[in-house]
Amino acid sequence: MSEPDIARLSGVTHRYGSVVALEEVDLEVRRGEVLAVLGPNGAGKTTAIHLLLGSLPVQTGKATVFGQRPDAPGVRARRGAMLQISGVPDTLTVSEHIDLFRAYYPTPLAAADLLAMAGIEGIEGRRFGKLSGGQKQRVMFALALCGDPHLVFLDEPTAGLDVEVRRGLWEEIRRHRESGRTTVLTTHYLEEADALADRIVVLHRGRVIAEGAPSTIKSRTAARRVRCVTRVTVDAVASVPGVVRSETRGQHLEVLTSRPEALVRELFDRDPDLHDLTVVGAGLEEAFLALTRESDEPEPVR
Amino acid sequence: MTAATRAHRWRIYVLEARYQFLMVLREPAFAIPTLLFPLIFYLFFGVVLGARSFSAAAPTYMLATYSVFGVMGPSLFGFGAGLAMERDSGVLLLKRTTPMPAAAYLLAKVAMAIAFGAAVILGIFLLGAHGAGVVLYRWQWFALAGVVLAGVIPFCALGLAVGAWSRGRGAVAITNLVFLPMAMLSGLWIPITIFPAALQDVANALPAYHQAQLALKIIDMDGGQATLLHVAVLGVQSLALLAVAAFGFRRAGTGAVSMRPGGTS
Repeated sequence: MSEPDIARLSGVTHRYGSVVALEEVDLEVRRGEVLAVLGPNGAGKTTAIHLLLGSLPVQTGKATVFGQRPDAPGVRARRGAMLQISGVPDTLTVSEHIDLFRAYYPTPLAAADLLAMAGIEGIEGRRFGKLSGGQKQRVMFALALCGDPHLVFLDEPTAGLDVEVRRGLWEEIRRHRESGRTTVLTTHYLEEADALADRIVVLHRGRVIAEGAPSTIKSRTAARRVRCVTRVTVDAVASVPGVVRSETRGQHLEVLTSRPEALVRELFDRDPDLHDLTVVGAGLEEAFLALTRESDEPEPVR
Repeated sequence: MTAATRAHRWRIYVLEARYQFLMVLREPAFAIPTLLFPLIFYLFFGVVLGARSFSAAAPTYMLATYSVFGVMGPSLFGFGAGLAMERDSGVLLLKRTTPMPAAAYLLAKVAMAIAFGAAVILGIFLLGAHGAGVVLYRWQWFALAGVVLAGVIPFCALGLAVGAWSRGRGAVAITNLVFLPMAMLSGLWIPITIFPAALQDVANALPAYHQAQLALKIIDMDGGQATLLHVAVLGVQSLALLAVAAFGFRRAGTGAVSMRPGGTS
């Protein structure tokens, strides 16, 4: 069977009432890759996933998986998913859940293999409700793999987990990557996308604003916050290349920029007496803001 | 469909039902009220108080009505509260992305309601026959059990409608608000003939009343309305409730509604 791509959204726009969740989104999932869909909360990541899972109807545009409708029976059998808000009933044990989910698929993986792949050997006799947050996510990961899927969706697989547990789960996802399956994962951690993905698509306010290798995306979201006490006004720095946003906070000038060196040079040129200068890395939210601003500039995105 | 895929589908239905049953059996908040309350109520009102405090016929009358009560519980709670909670937890949405047939999920709940209902009926029958000295013909025992168990159809439809239109913890409260007043107003605890006339009219609108009347017909203790009337009302109500449920699911989805703004992205 020839499949040009494993899954695809073409020209998809999705609205919840008057709120636009996705706007003219094109998203392509290539065979064998780990694609990270990165974006802050509310960017439209989960909506995109649910369109590809067939659990949301497509309003405008087209969604295909394996060249078919996302909810086609043949698609369901070859796809696995780990959803963002999902648990399974507390009163059944891990191996009972795995037994049930394996039964849904025509060619399931062996239960013992699933336990090993998710790193949950030894807890299979315990009830789901008695597990820790990290263990629960591993069980959900095992359930996503029950059908030996060609394509796996992981919607914020490490959301709400502490750093150590998150890194543990990364190990399982990395090992799974080596099995050659195609994986789509959503995350709002740049670090996570960087650690796991071959390719990153950045969603912001329902639009794809950047796409590329993790190293490319990382360098482009490296926004810095520059803070100092100076005579230079907010308006004066707004035109300096790389500046995303500038404001006055108390007696301080605060500037968000993708090119801190250029800004600092400019500031000293205009005001040699400036003092109390700090330059710190900005949060991801602000990094996205920098990227959004940049995507409006005419330079090529790729 | 090949034999292999038929066997595969059959296995999904069997496992879904088996785990649904195990799941609720291990949930004390579900198992205790649905299994023990009808038995305890019957033991107290039917066996202990029955013949002495009410009338000689009371243990026999209550045998039928508490059995209806016993089938109503697991049907309403399995679908009403159970479904709403499984939708909130996301498991329903997750299962809908798998090849699981939707019918397997729904029939598992019906099967669970039948199994729990049958267990309650058996318990009440044993209490009635051995504790309260209820004497019935053999065909009456079997006919009574069959008619009462058929109540899973309207009660599951009612539960499905509640589950489709309510969410999580709210669904438990709403199910109780349907369950307990309907049991009382339908004459499942005490005969409605002692109620004021206005309340007796209300009973005519309730599926549990018609289900109880059908059960009481077997032991010649019903109010004298036509069998066909009860069956017709139950049939129409079941279909109407299924339509209400289907409309609710179309509106809310199987969990996707939680992705509206304010929920997650």
